[in-house]
Amino acid sequence: MKIVVCIKQVPDTKGGVKFNPDGTLDRSAMLAIMNPDDKAGLEAALRLKDQYGAEVTVITMGLPKAEDVLREALAMGADKGILVTDRVLGGADTWATSQTLAGAIRNLDYDLIITGRQAIDGDTAQVGPQLSEHLNIPVISYAQKIEIDGDSVIVERQYDDRYHVLKAKMPCLITALAELNEPRYMTPGGIFDAYDAEITVWGRANLVDTLDSNLGLKGSPTQIAKASDKVRKGAGEKVSLDPTESVDYIMDKLLTKHVI
Amino acid sequence: MDFMLDKKHEMARQLFKEFAEKEVKPLAQEVDETEEFPRVTVDKMVKAGFMGIPVPKEYGGQGCDPLTYVMCVEELSKVCGTTGVIVSAHTSLCCDPILTFGTEEQKQKFLVPLAKGEKLGAFGLTEPGAGTDAQGQQTKAVLDGDEWVLNGSKCFITNGKEADVYVIFAVTGMVEKRGRMQKEISAFIVEKGTSGFTFGTKEKKMGIRGSSTYELIFQDCRIPKENLLGQKGKGFNIAMHTLDGGRIGIASQALGIAEGALESTINYVKERKQFGRAIAAFQNTQFQLADMATKVQAAQLLVYKAAMAKATQKTYSVEAAMAKLYAAETAMEVTTKAVQLHGGYGYTREYDVERMMRDAKITEIYEGTSEVQRMVISSALLK
Repeated sequence: MKIVVCIKQVPDTKGGVKFNPDGTLDRSAMLAIMNPDDKAGLEAALRLKDQYGAEVTVITMGLPKAEDVLREALAMGADKGILVTDRVLGGADTWATSQTLAGAIRNLDYDLIITGRQAIDGDTAQVGPQLSEHLNIPVISYAQKIEIDGDSVIVERQYDDRYHVLKAKMPCLITALAELNEPRYMTPGGIFDAYDAEITVWGRANLVDTLDSNLGLKGSPTQIAKASDKVRKGAGEKVSLDPTESVDYIMDKLLTKHVI
Repeated sequence: MDFMLDKKHEMARQLFKEFAEKEVKPLAQEVDETEEFPRVTVDKMVKAGFMGIPVPKEYGGQGCDPLTYVMCVEELSKVCGTTGVIVSAHTSLCCDPILTFGTEEQKQKFLVPLAKGEKLGAFGLTEPGAGTDAQGQQTKAVLDGDEWVLNGSKCFITNGKEADVYVIFAVTGMVEKRGRMQKEISAFIVEKGTSGFTFGTKEKKMGIRGSSTYELIFQDCRIPKENLLGQKGKGFNIAMHTLDGGRIGIASQALGIAEGALESTINYVKERKQFGRAIAAFQNTQFQLADMATKVQAAQLLVYKAAMAKATQKTYSVEAAMAKLYAAETAMEVTTKAVQLHGGYGYTREYDVERMMRDAKITEIYEGTSEVQRMVISSALLK
């Protein structure tokens, strides 16, 4: 089985978000990490590799320094790393990003593509589904459990109050939630091997069936007018009541606020 | 000369730091309170490949260099001295002598499972009457047919009851050296479960209280002839060579403890208010922190230099002794100052620095006291 995992290097938002004066993210002031949902996707791929045997290729589009997340993925157990980097790809929104990744992935054989649900810097959750559309393969998003059944995958898709069990023929694309698993640690020996390993670097010329008009800033229909930090919600109200009383209490609140 | 770590070492440090913060730190206080060996943490370290960092891949290890191993013990010890010494004793005192002096069969049989973490290692040299005077060994080994028969006891053994494989030293005869009769010491590999090998009392210690420190007892303990490690009669050299490496491990532990105490203190003094302002605003606090940080940095350079010496030089006794001497004394001094800067709170078990000060003390004692390190350093100077 061949699995391609799309990963992204993102600024670590745990310590707060820093902005440039023009409103864009000041990435240099923040630690760069592997996007948590992507890391869960990688872990899912590595578990499939452990269980069924697979070749796991990780791919990222980004600045040359995004090579670091590819090495991290190799140190966790991925087999190959591909960096797609080119000045003409800069400033891409989700549309241009998914077009770029699709152009790169058309060079590869794959049974399964796994992406994270969304990146913590943009929070759009669009790249995975768009990628499946460009490659004309099915997508199952919000995966909380993945199993292989012959030439198909069986995936539990998470919703707020339930989950769906879906079966899809491979090749297909799955978007993973950070809750999917607890990603493994890199191993020290894996780190040493990762730094001896060769990372494949592709540019615009390596993208297959991709139009220039769909790439980079020029190919991005979305323009960011302003970015700001999330306003933290309050802690909310906490009450301790027995089950019957709490139902009455909540119903009363919902009625008062005209929610129901 | 470049003091910057390269990218792979930086990434390894990041890994150890993340693991220590997430998996080790939350348990450190409980491990100290309960004096229970942190088996759950060890199992996680096995999975993460921490139990055979400097062992070559062909023997089940990670194939990294001593510097990577040192950084692992350092980062673990920053948050928990107990966890640091478990890895150090296992790697430096058990894996290393088998790697250096073992036969191919011994490496396959013992080193591979040790380096993979399937088995835990320990080292038995110290006896009630043989501490710094390692020649004062009483434990004897006599060859009887195809077996060595061990009788005697070892004390203060780290990983004592939890280990599976032990490197044990015993007297195998008397030899004449410079006109004087001396004990001939040999090294052996003993497995847990061997008939005649039992455990004595568990030590109740001041610090590193989760570390399993036991007495080992050998009563007509019969081990196969092929478990002799290295040549017969070369045990003292094997012990001293092993301790050179072990001292780098303990130096890393001491360094980590000092760094942990410094970090906790920096955070504390910014929050603690007296006379209407944070105590970080007082010059005494600032000067104390400056001294602590300078010594920690100096200790780190000595420890890393010793690790590099182990990677590139045949002998590194002096580098290891200097690193251990300085890092251990720095750990004691820095943790003492850390407690002082925490005031009354620092004397309570609610704050990490109380535990760190107790943990630091042992680094001046085990694997060669500070006095022994001074003997090693000065004898090289006066040779």
